[in-house]
Amino acid sequence: MLKYTEKIVETAKRLLAEEKVDVFIGYQKGTVPMMNEPLLVNHPDKADTLYWDNFCGLNLCNYLTKRTDKIGIIANGCNSRNMATHIIENQIKRDQLYIVGIPCEGMIDHRAVVRAVKNREILNIVQEGSTFVVKGKDFEETFEKQKFLQSNCAVCRHRNPVLYDEMLGDPLEEQTDVNPYGDIEKIEEMDSEKKQGFFQRLISRCIRCYACRNSCPLCYCPTCFVDESEPQWVGKSIDPTDTLTFHFLRAYHCAGRCTDCGACERVCPMGISMRQFTKKLNKDTEELFSWEAGLDPEKRPPLDVYRPDDYNDFIK
Amino acid sequence: MENWEPKIATFLCNWCSYGAADLAGVSRFQYPPNFRIIRLPCSARVSPKFVLSAFRHGADGVWISGCHPGDCHYLEGNYYARRKFALLKGLLEHIGLEAGRLHFSWISSAEATKFVDVANRVAKEVEAMGPARFFIKSRAEVA
Repeated sequence: MLKYTEKIVETAKRLLAEEKVDVFIGYQKGTVPMMNEPLLVNHPDKADTLYWDNFCGLNLCNYLTKRTDKIGIIANGCNSRNMATHIIENQIKRDQLYIVGIPCEGMIDHRAVVRAVKNREILNIVQEGSTFVVKGKDFEETFEKQKFLQSNCAVCRHRNPVLYDEMLGDPLEEQTDVNPYGDIEKIEEMDSEKKQGFFQRLISRCIRCYACRNSCPLCYCPTCFVDESEPQWVGKSIDPTDTLTFHFLRAYHCAGRCTDCGACERVCPMGISMRQFTKKLNKDTEELFSWEAGLDPEKRPPLDVYRPDDYNDFIK
Repeated sequence: MENWEPKIATFLCNWCSYGAADLAGVSRFQYPPNFRIIRLPCSARVSPKFVLSAFRHGADGVWISGCHPGDCHYLEGNYYARRKFALLKGLLEHIGLEAGRLHFSWISSAEATKFVDVANRVAKEVEAMGPARFFIKSRAEVA
């Protein structure tokens, strides 16, 4: 993964120098370990801080909307699918983008790493091949990357970008033997009382900070439904019902658009797995409408089209 | 609780199901009195927010009814609505709404008998579920 850093810097410098793009969007190393930050570069001399490793879990497509300039951007599988979604939704034009594709081996779950070192302070992380070394004040431990992948990356079926102008590496083999909806199927088997309990517990820690909404590239409405006051559809308190309403509607707004990039879960300060909501919708859109978000910028999304013979069994 | 009667928020399309309810009334058909009918221009006007809001404010059931596929006054509104509803019902029941609380139907303005029939079934199913507890706020609503 690390080898891409050099290639990214090189590519960004070239694109900016040739004036093929006005801005290049990538990541830089964060101020604390495991927290890489988005970086927008507008001059070749500033491109040296661009960086890439297995902690680039934020979604860069957040920075695409409302831009009118030419943009160079890094894209792995899920980010490129979000670009396709943006193109479908007229948030950006394809010819504004110069997409630099990276085959992605998956991002590491920073919470799992913190748990693995028993909450001791991590000062540095060094990645080497399929392992990474966690260094602290008086410890040093080596872990295998594969075992620490974010839960969405572990079951990812689109590791290679679907859209790109240039690839920085050879495409990876896609995982075909994974079941992305295993945990959803388990919940579906519960009775409604258990489901209620499960979701109440799931969101009980939510502090309504809206980090999940803000990190999500799909959330670009000028006025979010949570900020509407006349009428006010969602209560602003942390009453469980209000919180559940918020999470329900947030997920519903992502129906047929979510690429399961995992940014929402990654940024949640309370470690809530809100992908349990969006994944159910992903599963339903796939089963009912044979749709996976962002695979083709030419195709209309599932809620924008219909078939006369759509699923009708639930209607009397 | 002895005299408890379910309240069912009922969203009816102006061009069909609302007419069917009207016809049922004019024809003096009997159907349960549990429905609070809200008239809409089309079943596609129903937003998931309406459904959540109904449950949050104490509805024991929600029933949404529109025109038969192909008969939409706006040509295709109910086709889009059907896709929305499929996902809405799926997700609501996934997070714990009991299966008998949310109902959908296609009823044309001539089908007063179907309206009465579906109304009876919906009322019976919702009544069997008892008062709704899910999605009701535990604390008082502060405006």
